[in-house]
Amino acid sequence: MIGIKSMGAYVPLFRLNRAEFARAWRGGSIGGEKAVANYDEDSLTMATEAGLNCLAAMAPGDVGGLFFASTTPPYSEKSSSSILASVLDLKKEVLTMDVTDSLRSATSALLMAMNSVNQGSMEEALIVAADCRLGMASSDFEQIFGDASAALVVGKSNLLATFEGMYSLTDPFIDVWRKEGESFVNTWEDRFVKLYGFSRVIEDGMQNLLKKYELTPADFAKVIIPAPDGRSHQDVLKRFGLKPPQVQDPLLSTVGNAGAAHAFLMLASALEEAKAGDRILLANYGDGCDLLILRATDLVEKRRDQIGWKRFLNSKSPLDNYEKYITLKGEIEKEPPRRPPFDTSLPTLWRDRKSVLSLYGGKCKKCGTAHFPLQRICFGCRSKDHFEEVRLVGKKAELFTFTKDNLFASIDPPMVMSVVEIEGGFRIYCQMTDRNPDQVKVGMPVEMTFRKLHEARGLNNYFWKCRPVRSEGGGKNG
Amino acid sequence: MAESIKDKVSIVGMGCTKFGENWEWSVEDMVVEAVYEAYEDTGVGPEAIEAAWVGTAYSGSGGSILSDILKLHDIPITRVENFCATGMEAFRNACYAVAAGVYDTVLAVGVEKLKDSGLQGLPDSMVRPVFGVGRTAPGCFALIASRYFEKYGIGKETLAKIAVKNHKNGALNPKAHFQREITVEQVLKAPIIAWPLGLFDCCPTTDGAAAAVITRKNLAKKFKENHIPVKALALSVSSMWPQFRPGFDYLGFSANVSASQNAYQQAGIKDPLKELDIAEVHDCFTITELIIYEDLGFCPKGEAKRFIDDGVFELNGELAVNADGGLKSFGHPIGASGLRMIYEVYKQLQGKAGKRQIKNARLGMAHNLGGTPQVCCITILGTP
Repeated sequence: MIGIKSMGAYVPLFRLNRAEFARAWRGGSIGGEKAVANYDEDSLTMATEAGLNCLAAMAPGDVGGLFFASTTPPYSEKSSSSILASVLDLKKEVLTMDVTDSLRSATSALLMAMNSVNQGSMEEALIVAADCRLGMASSDFEQIFGDASAALVVGKSNLLATFEGMYSLTDPFIDVWRKEGESFVNTWEDRFVKLYGFSRVIEDGMQNLLKKYELTPADFAKVIIPAPDGRSHQDVLKRFGLKPPQVQDPLLSTVGNAGAAHAFLMLASALEEAKAGDRILLANYGDGCDLLILRATDLVEKRRDQIGWKRFLNSKSPLDNYEKYITLKGEIEKEPPRRPPFDTSLPTLWRDRKSVLSLYGGKCKKCGTAHFPLQRICFGCRSKDHFEEVRLVGKKAELFTFTKDNLFASIDPPMVMSVVEIEGGFRIYCQMTDRNPDQVKVGMPVEMTFRKLHEARGLNNYFWKCRPVRSEGGGKNG
Repeated sequence: MAESIKDKVSIVGMGCTKFGENWEWSVEDMVVEAVYEAYEDTGVGPEAIEAAWVGTAYSGSGGSILSDILKLHDIPITRVENFCATGMEAFRNACYAVAAGVYDTVLAVGVEKLKDSGLQGLPDSMVRPVFGVGRTAPGCFALIASRYFEKYGIGKETLAKIAVKNHKNGALNPKAHFQREITVEQVLKAPIIAWPLGLFDCCPTTDGAAAAVITRKNLAKKFKENHIPVKALALSVSSMWPQFRPGFDYLGFSANVSASQNAYQQAGIKDPLKELDIAEVHDCFTITELIIYEDLGFCPKGEAKRFIDDGVFELNGELAVNADGGLKSFGHPIGASGLRMIYEVYKQLQGKAGKRQIKNARLGMAHNLGGTPQVCCITILGTP
């Protein structure tokens, strides 16, 4: 029997109240708020959050496959999953694959992963979905789209839910598209698109699934339908006579439509609330549809706290205004600070990869002195090449000292440069992100997060930053 | 035990340009101005120079900076660089070559042209693409201020008093970049550069050059009666990345402590506060000067505030610190600062410091700090 062994999800700290769109464009608001990735986040960095969250919630296993699903991978040529594997510190023999270009990519990857695990070519597979799509200024998409990521592990033991059936179809219908090099998602006149796209395809798929397994809509405790918008969601619910308790919150008023990540995001939400024995329908739309039947196990009730994505949903910080939003999104060109341009070096990044991507430090085997980045000679006793490599991700950390720097060329000044002391005596000098400058204090607890520092020579320079710990309590960090 | 440099070499001539936004001057102009003032002060011309050292961080490469400008052809010329202590490093190396008996008379020059870059602050050079990105000069020292404030409970007002003192001294100096007094209130209201450091906590970016002619002490009288002998030279270099260094407490710099103790030993100084008459120290930021008081033993650790409040380091205080206005008033053209500090001590010991003159100045120190911070260079000068 195969199923979902673990789940994780991530929502960026910032939320924009949709009334801000109405203010900026003197139009209407669809209500609620949406999650907004910080300027240093992209689909890859958000994927690391959900991936780490997902892996932290399960007993160590044997992840043999890593699938990265997104319509907004940072590179068109250069796989994100290969970088992701290093950040997650997976074994180098892991099969990595980017599944892109379709809003349905997460469930397509899931179906592939299930086949692989079923056939025994891998013990467990991790699928991470992340998206940060852009709608054109003043468009409906600008209001609807939200940024988030979600991840799940397919395995055979300690399952939260088992797979009981699936139906999948492909369809050439074009409702949303974006060509190479374009930033914004395009669409057609909405009456046609909604009727002939989402509504027609989901209806077709659902009917075939119900027929295949001789089920009725009433047989499901929960139905997960990631719809492009609230109206389309309501239409499908009505068409199949689904009752409110069966309907999984579409998260459109809290997160927004998170593209390729949205189905998993709703699933994480559903599993946190599920009871043992619940039959769950997971639908996903995009260039056709995937439909999966899941059954919650006894473990789901015991382990629901481990899913823990609510700490990301509930800890949030309001963005001041629309102007801040388009600044973070890079949609306006600001006068650059009179500072030297950023640079990079591939060979240096390559040599430093164990510290840069996997965040390993070295502990001297003779005197115990802790070093980051990795060194040849010990600071404490000058032993040469005598270190135990220690992964610093997830360790307790606090802010030793800091500055709020207005001179550094930052998209969101001041840059809070931080010296972080990590459990064991490691010191990391890094940027602080997702912070409210007024609330930064010496001694505050922080956690490490993988971010995009800057672009240079056409390359993304990724590295770890610290951020105030995002806790379930929420609200106070931002 | 190796011998110290004490009383082996003397400065017989010095020159220093006006520091500032020298839009009308190139590197060539500033080197010529500083060196020809030094020639004149020494009473020699270029033919007397047997070897030369030039300190610059960003304004040229190789010894040919000097040979091209000064037409000092076919003699040994070396460019040195040691972060913000570059200027004094040129002087130090020149002194040792003379002390070794290899040359009789040499030239040390420091120069920097920062304003042509069009940048705010110092240029940046990538060491590794991601480690420490976000580091700026004021940011590095602000990390110290945050921790010091936390540990000893002082605030920005104490730092402001240092800025006010140095600007007051600078107002008496026609060569300073800024020659204007400021108030504590102005300092506290200034825009924040790197919290907690505001605009007046930071030295400006500036152009300038300074030069010294050095000879063996026993030859110095040939040039002038009031030559200024070197009593001590010390250099300490610590980690380039104190921010990653395990256990670094951000309350002081080990290079300051080790270099100053070494220098005091060479010069036979037991109590620097009492024995020194003037100290030119590296006040790139106000917090740096405060830390220097403690690291160099002018006051006990954690007690700088009391000494500042008591006016100990004012021009007429027990030990005048930065009588010429310091980096706060002069700015910090990297390669030039170390020699500019030596220039002030040299003039004070000769009694030629004009309105800033300290009575009976007989022993003085110049202290040049480099990096983020990790390099400390100290020169102690006396009277013949």
